[in-house]
Amino acid sequence: MLKGWRSTAIVTAITLVTFIVVPKLYDNQFLLFNMMMYMALAQGLNIIYGYTGYLPFGYVGFFGAGAYAGALVIIFLHWMPLIAVLVGGLTAVLFGMVLIPLFRLSGAYFSIASLAASEALYYVVANPHLEKITQGPYGISMPQAYDANAAYWTMLGILALSLVTSGIIRRSRFGLALSAIRENPLSASMSGVNVVQMRSLSWLLSAFIAGLAGATFGWYISVFYPETVFSLTIGVFTIVFILFGGIGTLIGPIIGTLILYGLYNYIGISTPQYFQIAYGLLIVLLVLFLPNGLVSLLKRRGVDVP
Amino acid sequence: MSLLVYALLAGLFYGLYFALVGIGLNLIFGVMRIINLAHGAFLMLGAYGAFYLYTLLGWNPLWAVPIELVVFFLLALPIYYLLVPRLQRSDDPEMLSFILFFGLSQVIEALAVFAFGNDQHSIPDAVFGTRPLHLLGQVFPLSWVVSAGIGLAGIVAIYLYLYRSRIGRATRAIMTDRDEAVVTGISVNRVSVLAFGVGIASAALAGIFSPFMLGAIEPSMGLHITVMAFVIIVIGSLGNPLGTVLGGLIFGEALMLMQTFLTSWAQLFPYVLLIAILLVKPSGLLGRKVRSA
Repeated sequence: MLKGWRSTAIVTAITLVTFIVVPKLYDNQFLLFNMMMYMALAQGLNIIYGYTGYLPFGYVGFFGAGAYAGALVIIFLHWMPLIAVLVGGLTAVLFGMVLIPLFRLSGAYFSIASLAASEALYYVVANPHLEKITQGPYGISMPQAYDANAAYWTMLGILALSLVTSGIIRRSRFGLALSAIRENPLSASMSGVNVVQMRSLSWLLSAFIAGLAGATFGWYISVFYPETVFSLTIGVFTIVFILFGGIGTLIGPIIGTLILYGLYNYIGISTPQYFQIAYGLLIVLLVLFLPNGLVSLLKRRGVDVP
Repeated sequence: MSLLVYALLAGLFYGLYFALVGIGLNLIFGVMRIINLAHGAFLMLGAYGAFYLYTLLGWNPLWAVPIELVVFFLLALPIYYLLVPRLQRSDDPEMLSFILFFGLSQVIEALAVFAFGNDQHSIPDAVFGTRPLHLLGQVFPLSWVVSAGIGLAGIVAIYLYLYRSRIGRATRAIMTDRDEAVVTGISVNRVSVLAFGVGIASAALAGIFSPFMLGAIEPSMGLHITVMAFVIIVIGSLGNPLGTVLGGLIFGEALMLMQTFLTSWAQLFPYVLLIAILLVKPSGLLGRKVRSA
C-alpha cells in the first residue's frame, strides 16, 4: 500500500518538475501548455475509461462546457480567472450529473450517447439564437483576461490534481471497487459495492478535471470558437494517447501523451495528412497487437508499473 | 397545412434514404458485434466514385451503382480478413472495434485528401432530368425520389438476402446466438465476410446519392455521417437490420419537420432524439434485451 502512494508521489513530482524546468530551456510555451492539458485530460479520461471501462466518446463535451462557463463568468460577472476556472470545473460536473442516466446504457450505446450529448451541447452553444449570451458561432473574445503565464501555472496545478487523484484512486478501496465494476457489475454489486454511486463518482471526477482543463485552455487562448473547444479531435487524441500508453495505469497516459503529442508537433502541424495516416495506422496496430498499451510490454516482464 | 404535407413527404423520401445509410452499419454490428466507425468513410469513398465517374466520364450516377457495389464488396474482403478475425479474439471486441475502425477511418480520410484534395464537390441535381416530381400538390426534386427509390431497393435486397436465402438464414442464426450457430455447424467466418462485404457495399451505395441528400462531398464528411448512421440504427435497435427502416423513417420525418418549422434548432435535434430514445428504451425501439446493472 505504502509503495503505491510513494510511486504516485514520485511520478507526480517528476512530471511537475519537468514542466517547471523545461520552459526555462524551451520557449514554445503553448506546446508545453497543451502537453500538460492533454496529460491532465488523459488522467481524467483514465479515471472513467481506464478504471470503469466506460468510454465516453464525447469527453470533449466537458472540456467545452468548462471553457464556455469560465469565459462567460469572466465576461459577464468579471470574476477572477482562477475562480472562473473553478466554475468551469463545476459546470462540467453539473453537465456530468445530467448525463448520469446514460450509465443505464451498455458499452457502445454509452459511447455514442455521450458523443451525442457533446454534439448537442455544441449546437446549443453555437446556436445563433443565443448570440447575446454565448456569441453563438462567432466565438468568445476576452482579451481583458489574457495572462498566459498565470494560465500556464494553473494548468500545472490541474495536472498535479489529476495525477494525484488518479494515483490515489488506483490504490484505494474506491479504485478496487471500480475495477470490480469493470470486470463484472453484477458480482461487484453482490459483494457489496454500490455500483451506481461508485460509477457516478468517478464520472463526475473525470468531468471535473476536463472542465477545469477546458476553462484554463479558454483563459490561455482567450479567443476561441465553439468548434475550437468542442472539437472531436481533442477527445479522440486523448483516447488514443491513453490507449497508446496503457489504460488503467498512472504513467501510461503520461508516456502516451509525451510521445504521441510530441510526434504530432514534430510532423503533424506542417503536414497533417501524414500525421493522420500515421496515427490512424498506429491505432489499428495497437488495437490488434498491443491492446493494453506500451506499459503492457513492461508488465509482461513482471515489472510493477505505477 | 401544405407545409406540413411537404415536410411529411420529404421526410418519407429522406427516411428511406437514411435507412440505406444506416443498414450496412447495423448488419455488420448484428453479425460481428463490431462497430464500423469507418462506415462514413466508405460512404465518402462511394460519393467520390460517383463524382469522378460523372465528371471524368460523364456517366450518370445510376451507372455507378453496379460498379461500386462490386468494387466495394471486393475491397471489403481483404479488410475483413486483415482486421476482424484478430479483433474478435481480443478481450472486448465491441469496445476495441470502436477504436480500431476509428483509426481506419482516419487513414482513409487522409488518403482521400491526398487523392482528391480538400475541396468540396457536388453533382448537379439535374443529372436525373430537370422535371421535378409533383405529388399531392407539392414539388420535389427528382434526385430525392431516385435516392429514396434506391434506398428502398437496397432495403428490399437486404431483406431478401436475410429472409429468403440459405446463407441469410445462417446469418440470422449468428445474430441471434453466435455460440449456438457455431455448434450447429454454421461457418461463422464465411457468413461474416459476406455480411461485411454487403455492409460496406451498402455504405458506398448510399454514398453515390449523398451529393443530392447530404450536401457537398469532402474527405472529412465521414465521421459526421457515421454518427448520424449510428443515431438512425440505435433508434431502430442495434443488431436488427430491418429496425433500421423504422429508425430511418423516424429520423427523416423528425429532421424534415424540424427543418420546416424550427430551422435553427434542427441540427441539435438528432442528438437529442437519440438520447431521449435511449433513456426511455435503452436498447432502441425494437430492442429485446435490456441490460441489468
